[in-house]
Amino acid sequence: MPGRVITITSGKGGVGKTTATANLGVVLAQRGMRVAVVDADIGLRNLDVVMGLENRIIYDLVDAVEGHCRLEQALIRDKRLPELYLLPAAQTRDKSAVSEEQMCELCNDLREIVDFALVDSPAGIEQGYRNAVAPADEILVITTPEVSAVRDADRIIGLVEAEGKGPARLIINRLKPAMVQRGDMLDTQDVLDVLAVELVGVVPEDEKIIVSANQGRPAALLNGSLAGQAFHRIGGRLLGEVVPFVELKAPPSFLERLLDIFQATGGDL
Amino acid sequence: MSFWDRLFGHQEAENRSKDVAKQRLQVVLVHDRTRIRPGLLDTIRDEIVSGISKHVEVDKGHVELSLASEGGQSRLVADIPLKVAGRPRQRPTAG
Ligand SMILES: Nc1ncnc2c1ncn2[C@@H]1O[C@H](COP(=O)(O)OP(=O)(O)OP(=O)(O)O)[C@@H](O)[C@H]1O
Ligand SMILES: [Mg+2]
Repeated sequence: MPGRVITITSGKGGVGKTTATANLGVVLAQRGMRVAVVDADIGLRNLDVVMGLENRIIYDLVDAVEGHCRLEQALIRDKRLPELYLLPAAQTRDKSAVSEEQMCELCNDLREIVDFALVDSPAGIEQGYRNAVAPADEILVITTPEVSAVRDADRIIGLVEAEGKGPARLIINRLKPAMVQRGDMLDTQDVLDVLAVELVGVVPEDEKIIVSANQGRPAALLNGSLAGQAFHRIGGRLLGEVVPFVELKAPPSFLERLLDIFQATGGDL
Repeated sequence: MSFWDRLFGHQEAENRSKDVAKQRLQVVLVHDRTRIRPGLLDTIRDEIVSGISKHVEVDKGHVELSLASEGGQSRLVADIPLKVAGRPRQRPTAG
């Protein structure tokens, strides 16, 4: 069976496409899938450092497309997992180095050798975005629960639909449960009300994402990170499993713990 | 609002910034989706008013035209008060 090409895109920059691509790659590989994560952000290569594979790059996506190497030579194996590969972007070229047709051909070749190719799209709606979306079987749109990011997500969802690649599914990233509880951040339902799309998962704001990016070890590789667990649930859903949506809760504050104790004693301190 | 709500920073319902965010998003998305620039609404309103004014007298200062979205559907909503001779104009109170 040919592999599935899933493109992760967003409209607005910096909302977590690269983070999601790396972590979902790890999650699916941990589940025994053969996975390639593809950095389609040509000229602004990042997936390599997030994965911690930056020192092993010899060839890149443009080399493979232009025939300077075979596709297999450009794929860097992530030794932490049995079958996870990175196809890095070229750093010294720009988006126009590759056409949509070339990306489609490349992904057709990838379909032969992997179960999943996860394509990390650049921000925006220009050539780089179109290159990332053209080969996709499925599109995941990622947003944060903020007005500007949600607005751009809506634009992308519409474009994806118009290109016959829809319906896109949604990941909400960097949700802060404490702010949601205060009413100072859009919650999952608010975002779904305005966007009217299917949700694949919600990833909380988690400092471990930044720590893991520092170290080049995606959070999904570590036990116990909340964001990592969220990516595991999303991975399950991509595999067609029915994974219940859990409500993300803020850890109780010192005062709330104090109040709990106070109430448990019937106010009799 | 209870002492504890204050202490934990829970917002009163009318102060929640997420409600403002949601409402603003809904408006901006209808404009984005329909590609109707906010200024175009003024033009459309003027044309509706001049069209209707040929037949009945419209209270021009209080015509409201807005875009609304509900369940993936976008609609133009017009509120066009008429001038009725001899009667003071009464606006429905917002509720
Ligand atoms: N759930 C999260 N919790 C905390 N930090 C996060 C989370 N997700 C992403 N970040 C941080 O946000 C920043 C942007 O993330 P990332 O690079 O994945 O976004 P991007 O959409 O790929 O950006 P670009 O549009 O520039 O390609 C990074 O510093 C990342 O560590
Ligand atoms: Mg990125």
